[in-house]
Formats: sequence, C-alpha cells, structure tokens
Amino acid sequence: MELFVKYFLSGLATGGIYACVALSVVMIYKAIGHVNFAQGEMATLSTYFAFQGIVWGAPLWLAFLGSLVLSFVGGYLLERLIFRRISGAALMTHVVMFIGLFLLINSSMGLIWDFSVKSFPSPFGQGQIGGLIGYHQVGMLAVTAGALLALSIFYQKTRIGLAMRGIAANPESAKLVGIRVTHLTALGWGISSALGAIAGILIAPIVFLDPFMMLGVIVPSFAGAVLGGLTSPLGAVIGGLTIGIIESLIGAYVPRVGIELKLPIAMAIIVCVLVVKPSGLLGARILKRV
Amino acid sequence: MNIRTLSLIILGIALVLVPFVLKGYLVFQATTIVIYAIAIMGLNILTGLNGQIALGHGAFFAMGAYLMAITLNVWELPFYVGFPIAGVACFVFGFLFGFPALRLEGVYLALATFTLAVAVPPVLKLSFLEPVTGGVMGTLVPAPTTPFGLPLGQDQWMYLLTLLFLFLMYGMAQALKSSRSGRAMMAIRDNPIAARAMGINVALYKTLAFGLSALYAGIAGCLSALVIQFISADSFTFFLSVYLIVGLVVGGAAWFPGALIGGAYIVLVPNLVETFSPPLAGSFYGLLLMVMMLIIPKGASGLIEKFFPRRPSASDTSRPAPREDGGDGPVTIGRPGR
Repeated sequence: MELFVKYFLSGLATGGIYACVALSVVMIYKAIGHVNFAQGEMATLSTYFAFQGIVWGAPLWLAFLGSLVLSFVGGYLLERLIFRRISGAALMTHVVMFIGLFLLINSSMGLIWDFSVKSFPSPFGQGQIGGLIGYHQVGMLAVTAGALLALSIFYQKTRIGLAMRGIAANPESAKLVGIRVTHLTALGWGISSALGAIAGILIAPIVFLDPFMMLGVIVPSFAGAVLGGLTSPLGAVIGGLTIGIIESLIGAYVPRVGIELKLPIAMAIIVCVLVVKPSGLLGARILKRV
Repeated sequence: MNIRTLSLIILGIALVLVPFVLKGYLVFQATTIVIYAIAIMGLNILTGLNGQIALGHGAFFAMGAYLMAITLNVWELPFYVGFPIAGVACFVFGFLFGFPALRLEGVYLALATFTLAVAVPPVLKLSFLEPVTGGVMGTLVPAPTTPFGLPLGQDQWMYLLTLLFLFLMYGMAQALKSSRSGRAMMAIRDNPIAARAMGINVALYKTLAFGLSALYAGIAGCLSALVIQFISADSFTFFLSVYLIVGLVVGGAAWFPGALIGGAYIVLVPNLVETFSPPLAGSFYGLLLMVMMLIIPKGASGLIEKFFPRRPSASDTSRPAPREDGGDGPVTIGRPGR
C-alpha cells in the first residue's frame, strides 16, 4: 500500500507537468485550430533562459520570473510576427511551420548551450516527507495547482478571459462585438508559452536539462490532451494527471521494462482514445458543416 | 515526346552512369540520396496525391531496416526476401495505425504520427527485444554480394540495386497517379466532401495512401540497412522523420522527381553546413522550412513550374483548383491568397 501511495503521488507530480504542457497545447489549439508541435521545445528554451540567469548569478526566483516574462513576451511576439502571417492557411502549412520552429529552437539551443546534459537546481531543496514524496515533488504539485487555479480564475472571472473564451467559441462574432481578436490570440500564445516555461523549470531538476529534455514530456502531454479531448482545458488537466499516474504505476508494478515503456504507453493511449472515443473525455464532438 | 519526358529519360540514364563516374564515398552518398528519395516519394503520394500530412515516416523507415536485419540475421533468409516482408509489414502496420486517426481531422494524424516517431527509438532499445533488435548496441547487417559474377564493386552494386528500386517505385507511383485509385486520392485531396458525395470511400483511400507511403519508407529502410550494414535505434530518431519532411518540402509535395532534389538536399546540405558547426545544420533546416512556407510554399517543383510552365491539359492533375472551404487536405502548402 505504501508503495502504491508513493508512486501515485510521484505520478501525480509528474502528471502536473504533463497537465501544464497539455493545457498550453490545448490553449493554442483552441485559438488557432492547430497543434503546436514546437510547444515542448519552446518550454525547453524557457528553461535555458532560467539556466542562463542562474549562470549569471541571479537568485533562483528572479531567474525563474525573468524566464516566465521572457517566455510570455516571446510567445506573444511569435504569434504577432510569424504565425499571424499564416493564419487561415492549410493544416500542412502549419504543421511544417511548427516542425521548422521545432528544429530551429532545438538546434539553436545546441548551438548556444551545447548538447551536454546540465543539472538544474530545484527551488524546493532536497529531502523527503515521510519517505513518500520529495520536497521538489510537493513543490511541483503546489506550483502547477496554483498556476492552473490562477488560469481558471483568469478565464472565468476577468473581462479579458471572457473575451478569450468568446474568441475560442466564435471568432467572427467576437470580432463583431468589438473584441480585439488578433491581440488576444497573441496573448493566448504568451500565456501558453509561460505555462510551458513553468513546466520546463519544474521538470528540469528531475530529468536534467538538455535540448532534448522535452521530447520525453511532450508525448505524454499530447496523450493527456487527446485523452481529455483536444478542445477542453479541464480535460487537458485531467488527462495530463491521469497519464502521469498511469505511467508511474506501470513503472512501479511492471518489473524491469515498466520504465522503458513510458513513451509506447503514451502512444498506445492516444491510439486507443482515437479508436474508442475520438472526442476524448470532455472534448466537443467534432462536427463539420458540409 | 515532350521536353519533360525527354529530360526524365536523360536524368534516368545519368543516374545509371553515376557509380561508373564517381568513386568510393561519393557513390555511397549518391546511394543515400536515392534511398531518401524513395522514402520521400512515399510522402509525395501521401501529401501530394492525397493531401495528408504525417510526421512519423522515420518509424516505418526503421521498421523496414530492422525487418531486413531480422530476415538476414535471425531467419537467415536471402536479402531479397526481406523486401516483400518489410514492404507488406509496413503497409499493414501503416494501414492499421492510420485507420483510427484518418477518420478524424488531419491534425490527429499529424499528432499520432508525431508520437510514433518519438516513441520508436525507445521501443527499438527495449531490453526484452534485444535478441532480435540488438538493443542499445544495434546490430550488424551482412551486405549482399554482387550476383552473377558481375564486374561491379560492392558500392556500385548497392547503388544500382537501390536505383532499380527507385525506378520501380517511381513507375508504381506514376501508375497509381493515373489509375482509378489515384484519381480517388486526388479527389479526396481537392475536396473530401465532394469526393464522398461521388461515392468514394474516403477513409479507405486515405488509409490506403498512408499504408502505401509507409511501404515506400519501409523499402527505403531495407535498402539503408543493406547499404550502411549496421543499424541501431539512434539512426532512426525523430529527426529522421523531420528530415524526410524537409526533403518533401524542398522537392515539392506533388512532383515525384522532386523527391530526388529533396533527397540530395537532406544528404548534401548538412555536409556543407556541418563543416562550420553540426547544430548549425538543424537551425538552418528549421529556418529554411519556415521561410519556404512564407515565400516559396511549393518547393522546387514550384520553381520549375514557374520557369517551364506546363500547358494545361485534360490529364493535368498536378495543380488542383484552389480550395475555398479551407478544409484539411489541400495540396498547396502555403498561405492562402489574400
């Protein structure tokens, strides 16, 4: 039983990271109707920003804050300067653009910070609570829960949040009632990218920082997003947490190969969801006007 | 005979002569180019004919390579048995994998294949598969010797074998394009709703196109295992899939000979750029993809169309009418006219 609780909690903590990344994917998907395949690389880049801040001698929290702000501004500008230009273009254009962005960021990180694996400090310190869960994992849970809560309050209670929900529901009508659609879409990119930064900074102390850090995170996060339904923010959170827990328990109870199976399991979950219930747990059914 | 057919024939003859003009490492590079061209031609069918986009063809490439290795090492069969085994296996696996995603919007296929491409290297490294795959260390592949006592060097023979497959697969792709199935695929690309209204089984033909493109990638993988004589999971990372997409975009989505340009690009350009610094090649690729999407979305085939405009004819299906509904599946990669 203790083993179960231990791995359940650790899965929940990792699931929080997946939830953040899945949510950032879903936010962009809702805004532009495309999946950002470079989301993970953007998060890794944000983590490198924080890393660079620490190297320059900034206090941890300041470095993290700086990375969040930079990521927010970067995400905003990325939409305004580049992806604005292909809005409305075909799926293929978007996919190739995102893959291009993926390569560009990934290789540029290798160019600037080289490909060596770097350790990344945890702001919560070492140590465990009752041998069940580490300080860092508690911190992860607290930060992701806080971020998700803040985001949901932002969407439900503020005028900007309402306007952004309006755009997601119907961009044309939103425009007609005077909502600045282009500005708010870019704002969504900024928030999504900052959310990715939180995920990257929190996972880096566990998996260590290198340009490929997020490859192992983005696939379970996609699985979480698909499981929750690609169009539902709440679904993305639930999906991400579920994937984290499943993965951790399989790692604990399947001897030897459990950990190696992490990515294949995520892929199998995506395929199963697509076969059984393509709209996911909470997603809108996909209907198309003919 | 028009100028296009003539130039294709000249190109074909030139390709046959390559191993007798070039030497050593250059022949090896030419072989690699042709192998990538075969895989990219599969993507041409999928993307150019059928208007879908998939990111995971490195996975099928890997599957082909490993099946060839298993045929030779584990089952101890001759190498030519490996091609049908890998081809059929990739086709079936692609068909089954694609089916759930293909019933939905195109983004689900991109997503599912993205995860496939990322998940394949860890699967190949799985410890309990080690007797078959060689695990983390990879495994050696014995190269087939020159048959019938032909006076050819090993590298020349491998090049010609690869080229034979290129010609065969090119012929197959062309035959498909002018067949009933090919027209059904193009109809789906141009307007899936109208295609369905005409009685075309959209899901079936989409899956068929996906399976076929997986077959092309699988055959390319077989050839690469024979040519390199060694396979390991690290040769088939996510970036292989990405490079195939780069080749597709550079060569142009709907033009089969463009695959050779794409293949040459992904083999030769890194060599040029990496003289300065290895990761620079990746940055350059990424930047190039983004710039091309913004400026010349049709790739090399677009440039050729520009300088050698083709007279419109009844059979000209390479340029679909512009889409108005913005659905998933137009062949024109690029931003819409505004």
